[in-house]
Amino acid sequence: MKKFSIKGQKTENLENSLNEALKDDVRNRKMSEKELFSRAKFDEEAVERIGYSNYSYWRCTFRAFLKQKFAMFLVVMMFVVVGFTVIQPYLPGQHDPNFYNTYTDINGREKTAQNVKPYLNYKVNCVLNKIGIVGDDKLNYTVNGGFDMSTGKVQIIEMSGEEYFNLHGKYILGTNGNGQDLWARLWAGTRNSLFIGVCVALVEAILGIIVGVLWGYVRRLDFIFTEIYNILDNIPNTILLILISYIMKPSISTLIFAMCLTGWIQMARFIRNQILIIRDRDYNTASRCLGTPTRRILYKNCLPYLVSVIMLRIALTIPSVIGSEVFITYIGLGLPIKIPSLGRLIDDGRALLSTAKSYQLFYPVIILSAITISFYVIGNAFSDSADPKNHR
Amino acid sequence: MVKYLLKRIARSLLTLIIIITIVFVLVRQMPIEGYFDNFDKLTDAQIETKLDAMGLNDPMPKQIINFYKNLLKGDLGVSNKIQRNVPVVDILLPKLPVSIKLGSASLVLSLLLGIPLGILMTKYKGKFFDKFGTVFIVFIQAAPAAVYYLFIQHYGTNLFGIPMIYSEDVSIFWWLLPVFSMSLGNIAYYGMWLRRYMVDELNKDYVRLARAKGLSEGKIMFKHVFKNAFVPMVQYIPTSFLNTVIGSIYVESLYSINGMGGLLVKSVQQSDNNLVQAIVLLYATVGIIGLLLGDLLMVFIDPRITLSEKGGDR
Repeated sequence: MKKFSIKGQKTENLENSLNEALKDDVRNRKMSEKELFSRAKFDEEAVERIGYSNYSYWRCTFRAFLKQKFAMFLVVMMFVVVGFTVIQPYLPGQHDPNFYNTYTDINGREKTAQNVKPYLNYKVNCVLNKIGIVGDDKLNYTVNGGFDMSTGKVQIIEMSGEEYFNLHGKYILGTNGNGQDLWARLWAGTRNSLFIGVCVALVEAILGIIVGVLWGYVRRLDFIFTEIYNILDNIPNTILLILISYIMKPSISTLIFAMCLTGWIQMARFIRNQILIIRDRDYNTASRCLGTPTRRILYKNCLPYLVSVIMLRIALTIPSVIGSEVFITYIGLGLPIKIPSLGRLIDDGRALLSTAKSYQLFYPVIILSAITISFYVIGNAFSDSADPKNHR
Repeated sequence: MVKYLLKRIARSLLTLIIIITIVFVLVRQMPIEGYFDNFDKLTDAQIETKLDAMGLNDPMPKQIINFYKNLLKGDLGVSNKIQRNVPVVDILLPKLPVSIKLGSASLVLSLLLGIPLGILMTKYKGKFFDKFGTVFIVFIQAAPAAVYYLFIQHYGTNLFGIPMIYSEDVSIFWWLLPVFSMSLGNIAYYGMWLRRYMVDELNKDYVRLARAKGLSEGKIMFKHVFKNAFVPMVQYIPTSFLNTVIGSIYVESLYSINGMGGLLVKSVQQSDNNLVQAIVLLYATVGIIGLLLGDLLMVFIDPRITLSEKGGDR
């Protein structure tokens, strides 16, 4: 009898504690039919008790990415740069990147505004002068005023900076040897180079994903694609790039085509290796047994696993494409002169490195390095945060 | 083992033939101006007769067979622009040793500097040197080579007071700059991967055992960690060899070194078809041989890799 009573008390205790726990729960509340069969709201505190977490891949990825301060800074900077290249032509007071600018000299003749000094440098010098770092002489320019018929001598004129820029028109970064506005050329060049880079990266990503998934998932195709890979991988990319640009007329589409030609196979190889690793994991076998269509397995089970790899490849392709463009322009197979690009600007500025006009090289180099290094760092940072192993 | 070697070599040979054929077909699409030294002055009829004489109007398979026949005889046609009517082979042969010397010097230098970089970065992991090395690697990998080659040439030659451009009487010291610029990419590459592999190895159990039995840090690093980490590195040597090929095109033309790379740039600019074709083929061949050697080296250096068909699959 005693035993029974203890047991009875135990049951009672249990019932009490349960009731306490479920005070606000379904049992004690009257719920309408509709409420009973609707989804429950996510409750952070209940996670431990019921063992369900609202883990979201993308939220964790972005949370991890936001923590990386330097990469975030570069992302913001790239947004500004890319945004600016897009809106720059529509801003007021911009020059045509291909227009040969002129000015009227003291004798009233029209002259090409060759190698006009950058307004930016002048303004910086003004500020430095106020602090006392730079002397007054930097604010004055000696200008070749033109040939004076009466004396038979070339007039050399001292001008203040303001006078100089009133005469020549204001070019933020000055002009090049042909009188073209460097500011406009710089942004037009950045726009074209970025366009090529993004196009190549996207084509490579799309082709690479499709081929890579097929290659990894369909066993019968493995042999053929591996043979193709062995051949394509053996051709040095640069050689093929040179050859294609040599055969076809130089244009943006030629460059994009030539650079897409080999890159995709590397991407496909990457994805194939990953797919091979995960295609026969238990959860995929389970999905297959449950009759999940292949397409859904690929979309839902395989591709999310590859996001970090794909993003990394895209982010690394852009700087390498921009670098190749510089290289191919150097060889003499770059875009036609009418289409400015970072490669063209650097190639033009190359000869001026040891002269006083070296700023014509430095400005494009600064932009170029900023873009390539940013994409590289952002890509690496993003692929780190996109890796589920790094999510808590 | 011999069977594997033969198989691997035969495979490379097959790849080489396929690539040469592809490149040849591509090259045949080149603008025909590149076959003449005075294209503008010729009439259409004259052009046609000349093309016929050179066999360029033949159907493609016949051209390919002819090309291989000539190739076996060592005849790659004549140059049309750079040195008129001089056989391409005669132009290329004296330039080949220059490029090979430059390339191998750069490879050696990058191994000599890249390996210590990787080891030191592992040793001082998380400290100043590691961070400094990472910044260096990121910069070299991300910034276009075109730009820093240019700056190295300009400031380097100014700093050491040496001529910017190659001439007959330059000292050995002069070569340091071009070789160093060519190596930079590979140094960063080796440093990065060696660090990654060594850090991986450091976390393994055998290192803990070695520490437990009281082995000195230096011995652990070199006898165990480095040895194991270097094996996968070997397969990057052929890739870096390809990198030097590309670097050499740039550096040779920048410093006016009388090698193949500089010649390629020159013949592209002057559109000398036969010369472009020959150099492109040569580079493709060099690339394939480099990859083959890398695979073989891998087999010799790591006893764990079995000499079966699968072992050679890159």
